[in-house]
Amino acid sequence: MRRLASIVWLVLGLGVWLGLAGNGLAQDETGATPPPDRVTAPNTSTADHSKFEILQQSFASGPEVTAACLSCHTEADDQFMHTIHFQWEYESSAGQMLGKKNVLNAFCGNVAGNEPRCTSCHAGYGWDNMNQPPPAQSTAVDCLACHDRSGQYTKLADAAGHPPLEPVKAGAMTITGQPAWAVDLAKAAQSVGQPGRDNCGNCHFYGGGGDNVKHGDLSSVLYEPPLAVDVHMSPEGENFTCSTCHVSDQHEWAGSRYDVHASDPTGTGKPGARRDLATCESCHSNDPHPSTLIGMKLNDHVDVVACQTCHIPEFARGGVATKTMWDWSTAGRLSPEGKPMHEENYIQSDGTALHTYLSTKGDFEWGEDVVPHYAWFDGQVEYTTGDQTIDPEKVVEVNRIHGARDDGKSRIWPFKLMEGRQAYDAGFDKLAYSHVWGPTTDTAFWTNFDWSRAIEAGMKAAGSEYSGDYGFVDTHMYWPITHMVAPASDAVACAECHAQDARLAGLAGIYMPGTETMSWVGILGRLMVLAVILGVLGHGLLRLVTRRKGGSHHG
Amino acid sequence: MANRIVKVFPRFERFWHWTQMALIFTLIFTGFGLNGLHGLIGFKIAVMLHTLAALVLLGVWLFATFWLFTTGTWKQFLPRADGMFEVARFYAWGVFRGEDHPYRKLFWRKHNPLQAATYFVLKWMIFPAIWSTGLVYLTYNFWEPLPNAVFWLEIVANLHLLAAYVIVSFVIIHVYLLTVGHGFREHVKPMVTGFDEIDLTPEQEAYLEQNEPWRLKH
Repeated sequence: MRRLASIVWLVLGLGVWLGLAGNGLAQDETGATPPPDRVTAPNTSTADHSKFEILQQSFASGPEVTAACLSCHTEADDQFMHTIHFQWEYESSAGQMLGKKNVLNAFCGNVAGNEPRCTSCHAGYGWDNMNQPPPAQSTAVDCLACHDRSGQYTKLADAAGHPPLEPVKAGAMTITGQPAWAVDLAKAAQSVGQPGRDNCGNCHFYGGGGDNVKHGDLSSVLYEPPLAVDVHMSPEGENFTCSTCHVSDQHEWAGSRYDVHASDPTGTGKPGARRDLATCESCHSNDPHPSTLIGMKLNDHVDVVACQTCHIPEFARGGVATKTMWDWSTAGRLSPEGKPMHEENYIQSDGTALHTYLSTKGDFEWGEDVVPHYAWFDGQVEYTTGDQTIDPEKVVEVNRIHGARDDGKSRIWPFKLMEGRQAYDAGFDKLAYSHVWGPTTDTAFWTNFDWSRAIEAGMKAAGSEYSGDYGFVDTHMYWPITHMVAPASDAVACAECHAQDARLAGLAGIYMPGTETMSWVGILGRLMVLAVILGVLGHGLLRLVTRRKGGSHHG
Repeated sequence: MANRIVKVFPRFERFWHWTQMALIFTLIFTGFGLNGLHGLIGFKIAVMLHTLAALVLLGVWLFATFWLFTTGTWKQFLPRADGMFEVARFYAWGVFRGEDHPYRKLFWRKHNPLQAATYFVLKWMIFPAIWSTGLVYLTYNFWEPLPNAVFWLEIVANLHLLAAYVIVSFVIIHVYLLTVGHGFREHVKPMVTGFDEIDLTPEQEAYLEQNEPWRLKH
């Protein structure tokens, strides 16, 4: 018995050891495990790509897959290369050159100088210099980023858009901040279909360096949101993908914060989906509320109040916080041993501790269920680009929301107000570009913690003249809120605005019932009623007193 | 002159008075809720009730106006200076001395001169002020494209509010005056039963006995 027992133990022990070793071996070569399957929209395609011979090969790189795609989809590369997803450039109607390639923001600042890290989310392969246009060869387009439906395609966090392939380097991370795994390109290529929530979300949910950091209304919660978070995207609701609303035409997508349709007077238009824009009205029409008394009153609001204002009561819902403040000026503080430090003093509702200080990035504040900032918005956003002179004594608006009550097209919109404190050129009074990412350079801030070298290198990378002096300036940046539409029952109640010091307090150009009970007419009226009450009481009292004195009366 | 118990408030007039009262109270309560004076009612429900009550009241007023003019009752509400001073003097002085009310109700003159003048101002100025500003307020979206619409909206809203405060003042005085003289119950009763003490001329009495005996209590 004893011998049998020891044999059993030996066999078990060997099994466990082999299992662990095997697992360790697997980790070395293929990295971590890809994310689990999620609820997605059903596939209605007439083509099963796993049956295509050209896709039944072992691909050695992303561009090889693209070449295979283009052998049938001959015009896709040309279509896609002209879009903002590939060019990262957008000329606004005011003539400003915007897009990630050009703008500065209140988060990581700028792409120039930090390319292979930032361009990890470029829908292409190998763009590593912002001074050049994106690579021009047709195989530089990344078809899989948007069309992979196997769920295991991803991109490395610092490889200018390339996916992690076998063997995965130790410590390699994906664009969603996960330990990287080896992507099976053939499996991905054979799975292709229309983009799902994950295809868009893997980049757009993680903008600014983490989950929901940037937008506030775009977080990993939207992969599979509960109905209370997003009625459109929830599998319990409409189960929409992003492209259900962000309709496309020849790979050009409708709906961008650079080009916002702040109002849509056309509404639903002719039968059939409109391909040119993604507004609430294009499905819900311009009088979306029912023809009841209150419905008609609500419809009276839609010409001046955007749908989002009432129907997205708060953003960053569903348990993932958004960054609301980022102070770069405190970055660079090291531990007594000279090591980078981190503090985690914000506990998200799901229990996750979030960084509130990083030596690399400075101080942060976070928010969940954040009540938006409201402003009149006509759809135009003007940026404080790197060539504009700023007033460092004031809060610099990184982007300015255009619109006013009386321009006939603006509506009151919700925004995420991002507060920042970021570097500027103190000699030339303009926002500064900084070189933060660069594990092997002696200028990158995140490696060397030296602002003067980081800014000098950043300005050089961006081709912007630098005075040599830098400082930090308070900034505000505005992000239109349009996702996370709540169920109608959770819409902002009337009294949240129609009350004193309520949500829209301080907004110019409005008169709202319920907000000014102490207007001078209100005071006058109160005094009048008070005088009447006093008069009546006095009269009555006098009658009572004179009656007691024995005056004759009716009876 | 014979003092008789006569039906002076026919059914429609009483219905008109009490619906008006109920609606005006609803409007005052919901309206001041909307104004932010109290938080006893939700904004949304207050908007619905206020709008509905206002529209119903406008309907009742339309009927009442039609009724007043077809029945000739409108003459009851014409203000007259005759005897006004005596009534005013009574409220300011005589009432404290235990004097009788100087006004004797007549068949075609059931309101005292001060009362008639008050109702005249109410019907011709205060009520039109509240419903006209109310309608303009309610239909804001139709005239919103006009220049300075927000400025005018604020003016309209404040005039509406001012008229509302005047009506509240009227209601307080109106209810208080019911306590003067014969007492609250005695004064409310005619508006419930329709019958009140009226001085009838022999001719009026004979006419009513002959043609409208139901108007007289024996």
